[in-house]
Amino acid sequence: MLTRIVRTNAEKGHHVRNQTVKAAVLVAGALLLAACGTNKTEGGSNGGGTGSNAPQACDTSKGTLVVGVIAPLSGNLSALGLGIRNSVDLAVEQANEKCVVPGYKLKMQAEDDQATPQVGAQAATRLSSNPNVVGVVGTLNSSVAQSVQPILKGKNILQVSPANTTPSLTRGDDFKNAPKRQFETYFRVCATDDLQGGFAANYLVGKAGKKNIAIITDGKTYGEGLAAEFRKEAEKEGAKIVATAKVGENDSDFSGAINSIKGANPDAIYYGGEYPQAGPLSKQAKDLGLNVPLMGGDGLKDDKFIELGAKDGDLATSVGAPVEDLDTAKAYLDAYKAKKFKDDYSAYGGFAYDAANVVVVSLGKALAGGEWSDAKRADLIKAVQGYSAQGATGDVKFDQYGDSTNKLLTVYKVQGGKWATETTGTFGG
Amino acid sequence: MATLLQQLASGLVLGALIALIALGYTMVYGIIQLINFAHGEVFMVSIFAAAATYKWFIPESWENTWQIALPCMLVGAVLVAVVLAVLMERFAYRPLRNAPRLAPLITALGVSQMLKEIVRLNYPDAKSAINVPRAFIDEPIIITVPGGTVVLQATSVLLIAVSIVGAVILQLYVSRSRMGRAMRATAQDPDTAKLMGVNPNRTIVFTFALGGLLAAVAGVLYGIHLNTVDTEVGFLYGIFAFTAAVLGGVGSIKGAVIGGFIIGVVKTLGGQLLPGGTGYDVVWVFILLILVLVFRPQGLFGEPERVRA
Repeated sequence: MLTRIVRTNAEKGHHVRNQTVKAAVLVAGALLLAACGTNKTEGGSNGGGTGSNAPQACDTSKGTLVVGVIAPLSGNLSALGLGIRNSVDLAVEQANEKCVVPGYKLKMQAEDDQATPQVGAQAATRLSSNPNVVGVVGTLNSSVAQSVQPILKGKNILQVSPANTTPSLTRGDDFKNAPKRQFETYFRVCATDDLQGGFAANYLVGKAGKKNIAIITDGKTYGEGLAAEFRKEAEKEGAKIVATAKVGENDSDFSGAINSIKGANPDAIYYGGEYPQAGPLSKQAKDLGLNVPLMGGDGLKDDKFIELGAKDGDLATSVGAPVEDLDTAKAYLDAYKAKKFKDDYSAYGGFAYDAANVVVVSLGKALAGGEWSDAKRADLIKAVQGYSAQGATGDVKFDQYGDSTNKLLTVYKVQGGKWATETTGTFGG
Repeated sequence: MATLLQQLASGLVLGALIALIALGYTMVYGIIQLINFAHGEVFMVSIFAAAATYKWFIPESWENTWQIALPCMLVGAVLVAVVLAVLMERFAYRPLRNAPRLAPLITALGVSQMLKEIVRLNYPDAKSAINVPRAFIDEPIIITVPGGTVVLQATSVLLIAVSIVGAVILQLYVSRSRMGRAMRATAQDPDTAKLMGVNPNRTIVFTFALGGLLAAVAGVLYGIHLNTVDTEVGFLYGIFAFTAAVLGGVGSIKGAVIGGFIIGVVKTLGGQLLPGGTGYDVVWVFILLILVLVFRPQGLFGEPERVRA
């Protein structure tokens, strides 16, 4: 069913190709030239290639290899999932045109995980039963990754996630004090949640000049973790935490917590938690006369946060960056637009594109013209570990845990009832 | 000082809300000795009904005129809540009226879960919190006190007023009206009441409907005051209200109201003054409940349970 949809899209791509092929291939050529320093067979000469099947110039005599995608393709997160799928599709097609993996034609196979761990596990099982699946780009949700990781690991299949931000996926539950690599098959190209607190403090204290900050948390792992990191960095930068309070995860009346911090006259509130509480909290604080900006992590970066009462000036950090703001993503964006996909590239498209390139370029390097077999999986993983190139989202490179060394984060601000990008940067410590 | 007064005000608002819901618990318990755990869900459903009325049934030109929007929301919420309460009694509790007391209790828990899931799965976007419009005067009332100011929402004042006035009317109704007398008679002894010409089924349905009406009033006030609702509030406030009813003495109208206010104030002041801060505020509420039940099991205003003749 899903492969059928994918094929249909590929065929559509075929039809529009005539108009756009030149631009796309030129852009792709330039991009790969920049992105794939390790790729010896440079594909610039294929500029006139036709069709989504590998251009004649490439040798595909050894068969077809599959790059899997596991992402939500239906349901309320499908916009993000479809952006991921299309971006992988784009990268795979460009790789075919460039003969990145000599002797093989590459194919993308996308599986829907419905943002649900169980469905994700089924998708992973389906992909891992195909010996020609070289690697998987996915998942979107950290919770789904948790169930997908061991299944792919069981068959030694490479997994590169464009979007998982939970630190424990790579470094284990005690990721702060005793990090330990969890799966040597698992890598991710995005930064992790544990950097958000510090990055938020950098902004709120360093840039926005708030010195008397109150912290409210919801008692959950995510929120408490964010708040602890925020506090550490904020105090380091000279701010004072003037009050703290806790709210329950099912609370909707926050007057108790708000009143208890109001007396300390904070000039900003940092909230460790998620939007269902943060929205009403921001509104009720204003109602009770505490009209100061409320800041939080990516758990707040949702339109529903605004709908539920966030006011202009409220802030949220999120992992990654809107690709339209990145110089490095220009070529990717042009190529994506040229393909005329039905769906937007959305928040993780750029990361998915980079992740797919990690898979295909490393594959070309690991095979080095040889034959694909299960025995090559270890070589592929070794090649990914050593991967280093400029991608759409900046430097793509991995540390010893499989995390990206590129710690790109963004601060968003509510302005005129909408999210606006405030600043993008990297967090060092 | 200002902070204390502010917390006290917030506590009274919370207490007023809990009191309105607790009245439904206490009346139903008084008449058929059933702890209707699904009553909190009637409250929750009525908030969604009010939000839906505002969103889909009020013409856009009136949406910003609260004098029209608020009554419309109230009508929508009351209709849904009363129908729900009556259906619940008819299909879930009446067939079990002569069953062991545990059976309707478990049924009530089942109805509660069912309603929660029905709303969560069917109301658009109800999988997380949704917004409820203010639909009342938005200007806060700022009172200057020594050491600062106390900010009161207009909706806070409305909530406290409605709660107290509502309870007084209810008390008068139950003690003075014909139907109220029938309710008290059925509560005392349904069989004798029947001999005296009281229709117990009608009386019981009426009690449920009255509870639903009060829950809907509480629901609308909650919605316009806090401007948010999710499917969990029914359980949370249901537990608070049930506790208030027990604290005040189940079956007593005065007890339910005073119990509600005590819980609201203990929760906010406990969160402010006692160790642990707001994270522990609910703990103090239940410690108080345990203490009251140890030393006065029938609650503050309840009558000791008698063995029925």
